[in-house]
Amino acid sequence: MTPETDAAPAVSDREQKILNIIEKTRAKRPRFKADQVTMAHGAGGKATQTMIEGLFVPAFAPDEEGDAHGLAALADAGRVTVDGTGLAVTTDSFVVKPLRFPGGSIGELAVNGTANDLAVAGAKPEAITLAMILEEGLRADDLRAEVEAIAGAAAAAGVKIVAGDTKVVERGHCDGMYITTTGVGRIDPRASLSPAALRPGDKVLVSGPIGEHGTAIMLSRDEFALDAEIESDTQPLWPAADALLGAAGEGLRCMRDATRGGVATVLNELARASSVAIVAREGDVPVRPDVMGAAEILGIDPMYIANEGRLVAFVAPDVADAALAALRAAPGCEGAAEIGEVKTDPPGMVLVETAFGGKRVMDLLAGDPLPRIC
Amino acid sequence: MKYVDEFRDPELGAALSGEILSLVEPGRHYKLMEVCGGHTHSIYKYGVDDLLPENVELVHGPGCPVCVIPMGRVDDGLAIARRENVIFTCFGDMMRVPGSEQTFLEAKAEGADIRMVYSPLDALRLAKANPEKDVVFFAIGFETTAPSTALTLKRAKLEGIENFLCVCNHVTIVPPLRALLESPDLRLDGFIGPGHVSTIVGVRPFEFIPKDYGRPLVTSGFEPLDILQGIQMILAQIAAGKAELENQYARVVPYEGNVAALRVMSEVFELRPHFEWRGLGFISQSGLRLSDAYADFDAELKYETPGVRVADPKACQCGEVLKGVIKPWECKVFGTACTPEHAIGTCMVSPEGACAAYYQYGRFAREREVV
Repeated sequence: MTPETDAAPAVSDREQKILNIIEKTRAKRPRFKADQVTMAHGAGGKATQTMIEGLFVPAFAPDEEGDAHGLAALADAGRVTVDGTGLAVTTDSFVVKPLRFPGGSIGELAVNGTANDLAVAGAKPEAITLAMILEEGLRADDLRAEVEAIAGAAAAAGVKIVAGDTKVVERGHCDGMYITTTGVGRIDPRASLSPAALRPGDKVLVSGPIGEHGTAIMLSRDEFALDAEIESDTQPLWPAADALLGAAGEGLRCMRDATRGGVATVLNELARASSVAIVAREGDVPVRPDVMGAAEILGIDPMYIANEGRLVAFVAPDVADAALAALRAAPGCEGAAEIGEVKTDPPGMVLVETAFGGKRVMDLLAGDPLPRIC
Repeated sequence: MKYVDEFRDPELGAALSGEILSLVEPGRHYKLMEVCGGHTHSIYKYGVDDLLPENVELVHGPGCPVCVIPMGRVDDGLAIARRENVIFTCFGDMMRVPGSEQTFLEAKAEGADIRMVYSPLDALRLAKANPEKDVVFFAIGFETTAPSTALTLKRAKLEGIENFLCVCNHVTIVPPLRALLESPDLRLDGFIGPGHVSTIVGVRPFEFIPKDYGRPLVTSGFEPLDILQGIQMILAQIAAGKAELENQYARVVPYEGNVAALRVMSEVFELRPHFEWRGLGFISQSGLRLSDAYADFDAELKYETPGVRVADPKACQCGEVLKGVIKPWECKVFGTACTPEHAIGTCMVSPEGACAAYYQYGRFAREREVV
């Protein structure tokens, strides 16, 4: 519907020169130049990316450029090989506010979050360690409830808690309870996953309706006069990962759990890591109507809202249907859907075909729609 | 979502898109300005411009309330926010707008008590809950948000809440439009009128655009079909050689506006002689301040602020970009002194501004081709 007319200008020399300058600037490794840490550095968007790639990676992994399994690959879990056995190791901390919310609590998140980072790395979660920072004055009943939640979630996910640590800080120096977990898992022999493995033609799957965790947290804070019965989607993802590995085998390129920054952030990270374009079809993305309604009122795109029990998988086209069927048969993944496709150009970019029939670029968020969701 | 999805029907969109195609002359280039930032957002969110012929170009207008706040005003706000006894409140999207040295987000990280609110009433509630502190609300926005600030101030006065103060940055939409239209090098063929502002001020204040400047204006709603229909109505006028004022958004916008809201605004606010706009410079009678009756609530009167005008670099050409005279990349500071990380002009501050979009998405912002 857009016919070529002579009104469409060609790219002039001067414009091309400026485009080249921009391209060069964008291709450079980001530098961490902030004077202080702001909430934006914790939001999972551009500021976070600048801090990680501009400060942490150069300090911890200066020689790892191109290593698909090191820190610089920025996968959900790192990889260690011990006597020929591939292990995945990951760590995560949890500062969610409030501690309990519809559908879950900080303790449950701490177990599932870490177990899921292992699962999407293609590793069956085996054991986790647990560090708790407690605020003076925290009610013992609240602590008891979280200990029970952690034990329950660990049993459900099939992981053992094998070590731990506690610290107590003065009142006002933390907010009730912060939890850090580290997890170890055995890398499944069927897994050959890498964020750089996406190829044009690959299909993008999500394991269920998106945006429920972030929306549940938002509404539970009572900052908005909105009522809806939306529960967090927190759940262990190993059964889903296992099903995908079984159905797609080597055709499974990569998996990510779509936590902070949501599905949009996952797609952006992988488009960059694989130097491909990703096109998502908005109309095919599963979102519950009440989540859609809340997001509409708050002016937030569900694609950016955090999930705690949803993964995004990238699969070769020839195994996509089998992978989707297997995913839908996994517990809690009945609502899985194919939401898009990997393309060639423009590399590193994510596009959305809107349900209205238009197209737009879906970038990393510059800032923070909502702090402390996990 | 009933009553919303109807306005996002892709089949109706395709039909309107076909009508639009039949209205444009091949070879002629059409530049239409959507005045309001809300329209810019919808156009971006739904990809409305993808449904337009290549020779119909949308130019984003000066109607993004956050982007037009100049650096000097942000600096003034920061000076107040850093005071010991102050809880400073503003809308979330104001947090990242750059002052000459800092954003509110950065000042917050340094220890200033800056809180995001969703409505001025939230700030008033904070004032009641913290009687020992001054709670300052950094008010921004066009006529759309000014009535809620006005009502909040009325309530504060009625309830005798003395620790609630306001930095008033409210602006009015007509003066910058007039300034754009006055310019001899204007290249705009028509206007999508600001739907939200018009719910308050009505359609009448825009009569001068077709009458004095011969450009059609269609006040439009914010759903994608509203915008497409607004564009179709403008193009139909151009095709028929007309320039008229039309109201596509009559389901919400009355011709005379919201009289009650206008009354409370005139009670609480008065026009400033002039107000500075980021990228556009000073425009006379374009900003509001608190009236004498509300002087006790005026944070600018209570606190010393630098009040310094921080000049946009001379080379900033936002005005020309907004008028459609130059492309973003033709601006002298584009991509060098002015980038999304260190924005100078309004077109780079807003992620949906013409310059920011072009910087982020490069040629793709124009070609939109995926292989």
